[in-house]
Amino acid sequence: MAEIAKPDIPDFSNWSCPLPLAGYPTIVMGHGGGGKLGNELVEHLFLPAFRNPALENLGDAAVLNLPTGRLAMSTDSFVVQPLFFPGGSIGELAVNGTVNDLAVSGAVPKYLSASFILEEGFPLAQLAAIVEAMAKAAETAGVQIVTGDTKVVERGHGDGCYINTAGIGELRQGIQVGPHRAQPGDAILVSGTIGDHGMAIMSVREGLEFESQIRSDCAALNGMIGAVLDVAGMSVHAMRDPTRGGLASTLNEIAQASGVGIAIDEARLPVRTEVQSACELLGLDPVYVANEGKAVFFVAAEAAETVLAMLRAHPLGKDAALIGHVTSEHKGMLVARTAMGSNRVIATQIGEQLPRIC
Amino acid sequence: MKYLTEFRNGEIAQRMARDIAAIATRPWKIMEVCGGQTHSIIKNGIDQMLPAGIEMIHGPGCPVCVTPLELIDKALAIAAQPGVIFCSFGDMLRVPGTDADLFQIKGAGGDVRVVYSPLDAVELAAKNLDKQVVFFGVGFETTAPANAMSVHVAKRRGLKNFSLLVSHVLVPPAIAAILDSPGNLVQAFLLAGHVCSVMGYWEYPPLAEKYGIPLVVTGFEPLDLLDGIRRAVLQLEAGRHEVENAYGRIVTFEGNQPAQRLLAEVFEVTDRAWRGIGVIPKSGWRLAPAYRDFDAEERFQIQGIHTEESPLCRAGDVLRGAIKPAECAAFGKQCTPRHPLGATMVSSEGACAAYYNYGRFLSAEELAGAGSALTHG
Repeated sequence: MAEIAKPDIPDFSNWSCPLPLAGYPTIVMGHGGGGKLGNELVEHLFLPAFRNPALENLGDAAVLNLPTGRLAMSTDSFVVQPLFFPGGSIGELAVNGTVNDLAVSGAVPKYLSASFILEEGFPLAQLAAIVEAMAKAAETAGVQIVTGDTKVVERGHGDGCYINTAGIGELRQGIQVGPHRAQPGDAILVSGTIGDHGMAIMSVREGLEFESQIRSDCAALNGMIGAVLDVAGMSVHAMRDPTRGGLASTLNEIAQASGVGIAIDEARLPVRTEVQSACELLGLDPVYVANEGKAVFFVAAEAAETVLAMLRAHPLGKDAALIGHVTSEHKGMLVARTAMGSNRVIATQIGEQLPRIC
Repeated sequence: MKYLTEFRNGEIAQRMARDIAAIATRPWKIMEVCGGQTHSIIKNGIDQMLPAGIEMIHGPGCPVCVTPLELIDKALAIAAQPGVIFCSFGDMLRVPGTDADLFQIKGAGGDVRVVYSPLDAVELAAKNLDKQVVFFGVGFETTAPANAMSVHVAKRRGLKNFSLLVSHVLVPPAIAAILDSPGNLVQAFLLAGHVCSVMGYWEYPPLAEKYGIPLVVTGFEPLDLLDGIRRAVLQLEAGRHEVENAYGRIVTFEGNQPAQRLLAEVFEVTDRAWRGIGVIPKSGWRLAPAYRDFDAEERFQIQGIHTEESPLCRAGDVLRGAIKPAECAAFGKQCTPRHPLGATMVSSEGACAAYYNYGRFLSAEELAGAGSALTHG
């Protein structure tokens, strides 16, 4: 038996916090009280991490220079447990989640807000690690965090740290994408392996230890999506990042929104061996497992090969695959051809997938 | 993936299906006992690959589905009590009791937790000595050794705050009950591979002899299932009725002897009610007298349970193999995985849920049409 890999959760014992802790190594109610403690958090943690001109004004609102034209706006809240997991943390998720929602809408993400709801007693060292992760993720994605807020709830009324981010982006010219725009004949591509994030979270949350570690795929997709749109923008009809509910939920949503049928070939779905094994063990289906760094593209058939090549040339898309196509048959439904050559409908899950008894 | 992908080869599967078509001269009805096999058959479309005359009847082998309503109501009552940590495998949480399910109990403040092993529940008990930790021990012979081990360990560690809510059921008496039932249609059985990995198959030759039917120990991957079906058809065509092992890479005749010894120590055979079917004599296990102190039913003494099944639900007929899920008038209408009327629509192993989730609300023609859409892509 191979040695069991330890999840790469940061070791906080030697963490050197950039904060002068003012005697408090943990969050206290006063950090959300609008007084000196709150100001210290802003000045010594958030400002140095997120530094940019719009934030530095510390006004009630950030004042932004934007081009006139169409803007996209999105918001998302992050309540993941555990806060740190193999391949990332709530910090990367909070930035990349909103960046990706903007990017798949055909926008170039520009500015984010970040709101923290912290539980009394939450270690400042962990908050600092989360903030640092957000700063790095924002830099990688090329966005600025320009405004924010912090609230503290009493111990027992929160789960350590919740984060909300909202973002605005500039819509690219000449791009017409939307979940209702998929057309019969469109090719469907996925930018890489599915199910990595959900199984990475489950592997640490449920106390399961696998022989090989599964890492979250958490990543900002705007660079990769931008590269595709630069070349084949007019041919891309719909894009989505299949997060909660997995690929199956995303494809079902698009099938219903566009009033088309979707046919995929199960044998073509890219799934890592360790993710597939973990799913088998728990009785889960990777098509329903969450992703945080994957995009699905619906493109005109004649552009499929070009887009596939573009994706594979990008570091985040090297495992990209053509998985199926849009049809005018079985409208509103996702049908998969199984490896056996038979067909099955893949419906939307009712709630969470539940591990089976045996 | 070692031992998985090898048994999912589509080309070999097609060839095996053609073999079955070549040897079958008459229609035959074969029951797969295990819910995991039902799930795999529907997910992989094995039933679509078989010749028209070979019909798979889905048996009562979904442990979630056959757990009696009364016991689920007891579980809900125990889980709702303050000071209780109620542990269960995941798919029990959505099974409807008379008024609620475990998710609703959790939402209302009950401490309900999903665990992957009953031994995790024992650990919880050791860490929470001020709480009563209860594990919902359901399932066939497959899950029984781990449940037995949990009680065994709790006793050895002197944990007074751990108990097991037991509803174990056994495969051989269920097979006998199906074969004894008036109007039985089943002509051969695929025996549940996981159950036999624990129990071996030494219990089955008397059944094959008494009822004159083929019994084939079968695995869960597409090629395993097709091999099990092929061997059953071969026996039926030849008029043989033997116990055969088509899952030799896992199952031996004797089974897992240490596990069987532990089971014999911790459990004793008892009459058991099966949801949708009724009481089958000597068809289950309960805790033996030496372990009775760990019985949650004894510890909590829940009284005043009045169960009420939906009058529309025909789960019993489905579990007996008398009807296919889609033949129930409520299927896909009043009864869906979102609003299940019976347990067979809840568990991923339940026949109704398998039919619903894999789109068997479509007709055979519609599914074939979906296939033609794929081929021109």
